[in-house]
Amino acid sequence: MVTIYDGKPGLSRRELLKRGGIGALLVISGSAVISPEHAWGLETSALKPETMATLIQMARDIYPHDQVPDKNYAIAVKGHDEQAGKDAAYKTMIEDGIADLDKKSGDGGYRGLGWEDQRVAVLKQVEATPFFQAIRGGLVVSLYNQKEVWPIFGYEGESFSKGGYIARGFNDIEWL
Amino acid sequence: MAAAFDLNNDGVVVIIGSGAGGGTLGNELAQKGVDVVILEAGARHEYEDFVNDEWDSFTQLAWKDKRTTSGDWRVAKDFPNLPAWIVKSVGGSTTHWAGASLRFQEHEFKTLSTYGKLEGANLLDWPITLSELEPYYAKAEAKMGVTGTNDWPRLPGNNNFKVLKAGADKLGYKECHTGNMAINSVERDDRMSCQQTGFCFQGCKWGAKWSTLYTEIPKGEATGHLEVRPNAMVVKINHDDSGKVTGVVYAEKDGKLQEQKARIVAVAGNSIESPRLLLNSASGKFPDGLANSSGQVGKNYMRHTTGSVYAIFDKPVHMYRGTTMAGIIRDEARHDPSRGFVGGYEFETLSLGLPFMAAFLDPGAWGRSFTTALDHYDHMAGLWIVGEDMPRAENRITLHADLKDEHGMPIADVHFDDHPNDTAMRNHAYKQASALYAAVGATRTFPTPPYPSTHNLGTNRMSEKAADGVVNKHGQTHDIKNLFVSDGSQFTTGAAENPTLTIVSLAIRQADYIATQMSAKTI
Repeated sequence: MVTIYDGKPGLSRRELLKRGGIGALLVISGSAVISPEHAWGLETSALKPETMATLIQMARDIYPHDQVPDKNYAIAVKGHDEQAGKDAAYKTMIEDGIADLDKKSGDGGYRGLGWEDQRVAVLKQVEATPFFQAIRGGLVVSLYNQKEVWPIFGYEGESFSKGGYIARGFNDIEWL
Repeated sequence: MAAAFDLNNDGVVVIIGSGAGGGTLGNELAQKGVDVVILEAGARHEYEDFVNDEWDSFTQLAWKDKRTTSGDWRVAKDFPNLPAWIVKSVGGSTTHWAGASLRFQEHEFKTLSTYGKLEGANLLDWPITLSELEPYYAKAEAKMGVTGTNDWPRLPGNNNFKVLKAGADKLGYKECHTGNMAINSVERDDRMSCQQTGFCFQGCKWGAKWSTLYTEIPKGEATGHLEVRPNAMVVKINHDDSGKVTGVVYAEKDGKLQEQKARIVAVAGNSIESPRLLLNSASGKFPDGLANSSGQVGKNYMRHTTGSVYAIFDKPVHMYRGTTMAGIIRDEARHDPSRGFVGGYEFETLSLGLPFMAAFLDPGAWGRSFTTALDHYDHMAGLWIVGEDMPRAENRITLHADLKDEHGMPIADVHFDDHPNDTAMRNHAYKQASALYAAVGATRTFPTPPYPSTHNLGTNRMSEKAADGVVNKHGQTHDIKNLFVSDGSQFTTGAAENPTLTIVSLAIRQADYIATQMSAKTI
């Protein structure tokens, strides 16, 4: 599970940690979502960084793979920031969609819900909306088409340059 | 070397499409000294250009022009603008196909006589029989290098096949092997043998799988009688006052329209584009479209009763390694109404890479039920169901009332509703396949819905009588004697088998007929 902190100016790393993070930490800083633990950050240009942080959480809740790091979910949703920069109506759809998630989630917002099941219950309420469909539809390509994640699933990708599998285990099953 | 014919040359045979039907017909005619121009909507990518990457390859090869869908099939909901997964490139869908090359069974040419009248089905006997087609099946198998024929060995079985075979044995299935595949199991025809690379659907980078792109087409070009013009999207077939076709209008890459004159026109654009073109060629003389006096153009769209079953095991499989369609079970292909449906189906192994598995396993699904399936991707085995579906008049290709493509041609709408026989067959197959994998120790199975159609059939069907269909037993339209149909849209019914071998066999036979008729000056 990912716990997200909205960084406030002056909030020290020590204070962040004191809040009892479980697992990875995502920090909002200026216009970026930052993972201090894993040394990556994602700058946003059109969407609010808080929106991007929620999108990353939403992406994980839609296609949860516990062994896939946040970075790959961040890469998978960053296209929405680019699209929002080109299309004002799209930007509104995303921002309104995230605001709606937060509203439906109560005081702490979507990211404030501690359990995946709680967040999924919120997503179920918006499943039919164009907002949700845009996020899910984009994600099924942008997440699973990252070559970086393929080894996690045991998919080996391109094989022509290695001469195919004729000498590399196309028929190596032994347990039958 | 490849020929180059003048636009005003009205002695040529113009073939629209360069796939299994068009590419084969073009070469067969060129070998007989007939001048041929093949107009291909897509670009020319040679096999070294293919990519071992599912989405990149899809971008390179697939027919992505917008289409619309309607009907109760799930594709209309999940992929409303992608009813079919076929190819727009020289070689057509023979670049993408898996290679399964099965002859139809005798009764499948006589479905109305064998199955009887079925409510909601537009069954009809083919005007040809298996015995009439057998010599051409033999020629096609020899041309394509089909394993298990002509003393060519079958391919070795990969991991996915081994799981299938173990399950088949447990269930008592008798006819299970690595198939009759148009994939070289030995070097032949100046092409190498299968290297078990996977990615058969993305175009074989070794050229081991038969495709018109690097067999029929260069052989035809070498005669000096064949010109293939890529990026040439045909929008209309012209005719004269007597009703004979005289040429075709096509858009070049930049959209500029050209007219290629023709002595004969053969349409081979697959079962969505071929009727679309005939319908779009409507004129004062033929207000319902060309060759459509029967009203059957675009109707009886078939797509095979398909579906997949994937299963997860507690130990690794790596199904994606090696030939994509690596084996077959034929026991259920028989006609045996005691199972609750007419006709039969084949089981054929199938594998998708992770990106396409995510897109097609359960389109639209999300959450842990879905993602835990993918978590065990390397522990999965899978198969595809391909069975005979019922022709229905309501299942049809029509021209969209409002939407047009970049050339101003109305786009195609594809309507499909399952017949109750299709549903009964699919459910039977899901049950059998789940039992098969359970018998080998599967911990979870996934009855996976049909993908966008790869086998598109029947929309210009062959019939004895002109009132029942669009073309005669030679693929010649009943209405216009110098207009032919040369693809799977000729199929009267779909049979349980993958269609390409039959398309190629019909094209070889059609070439004999066209050449004879040209010599006799009847067309």
